[in-house]
Amino acid sequence: MQRVNQVSFHTMTIKRLNWQIWAGFLLTLIAGFSYPLFFVNFPVTRDFPWANLLLFAIAAALVVVGLKRAFGAAGSTDTSAKRSTLSKIVASSLAFLSVAIIGLFLFSAFIMSRWLPSSTGAPQVGQKAPEFTLNDPTGKSVSLAGLRSSPLPGQTNPPNGVLLIFYRGYW
Amino acid sequence: MCHSELRSIQKNLDKFYAAGILPVAISVDKPETNREMLAQAGYTFPFLSDPKAETIARYDLVHAGQGEGGQDIARPAEFLLDSSGTVRWVNLTENYFVRARPEQILEAAALLK
Repeated sequence: MQRVNQVSFHTMTIKRLNWQIWAGFLLTLIAGFSYPLFFVNFPVTRDFPWANLLLFAIAAALVVVGLKRAFGAAGSTDTSAKRSTLSKIVASSLAFLSVAIIGLFLFSAFIMSRWLPSSTGAPQVGQKAPEFTLNDPTGKSVSLAGLRSSPLPGQTNPPNGVLLIFYRGYW
Repeated sequence: MCHSELRSIQKNLDKFYAAGILPVAISVDKPETNREMLAQAGYTFPFLSDPKAETIARYDLVHAGQGEGGQDIARPAEFLLDSSGTVRWVNLTENYFVRARPEQILEAAALLK
């Protein structure tokens, strides 16, 4: 009787979910997606993604603990050995995916984001901005000269200045 | 991602108008695309279309082949022009995660008066 109880307790321990590896993986996903979906909206967390790096660090720590748990606790009986093989595969896969996601994020945040043309020929301070005529959303032609001379909404005077914002596009 | 800057301009639009500054957004997106986008995002300042990237090229801002289907697009950049059309402030970011903040631009704009 005593022996049976011990065995079932042992089985339960092995079956218990390796929550660290799952939490680590989920947090990695959250850390990656929260940049475009949330943190990009605030200049403090956009210009340098420290919030995401912090989340990634916590996630990586969880993954390491999860890996240790999967590989450290080797089973003694046949059944438990099988379980731990599965849990090793799962843990390794999740750890691999986590590392890949972290790598991709670091790559796009610190390397790819710097692949910009040098734009040495762009108008500099003190130079006249090149004139242009482009279509507005209704298809109407709008020139820089026109923008400079027409009053701002609710005002009577033309603007003191025009801020040209070039952006990558909506696609 | 690219829109956090435009959103922050829209959020501070009153301040820009109070400073006498008209923000103007330019990209390769077609007028139809801009129409949809404006309806969705609620931007109220001018959005201009440069589908062939001609103006973008004249400003030397072409980021070759970076758009959908290898289209040339604009790299992010901001220019503050005074009433004579002379450039008074430029921001050519070296990292497209990093963009000009409205406070920065308004500070530069205060010097135009």
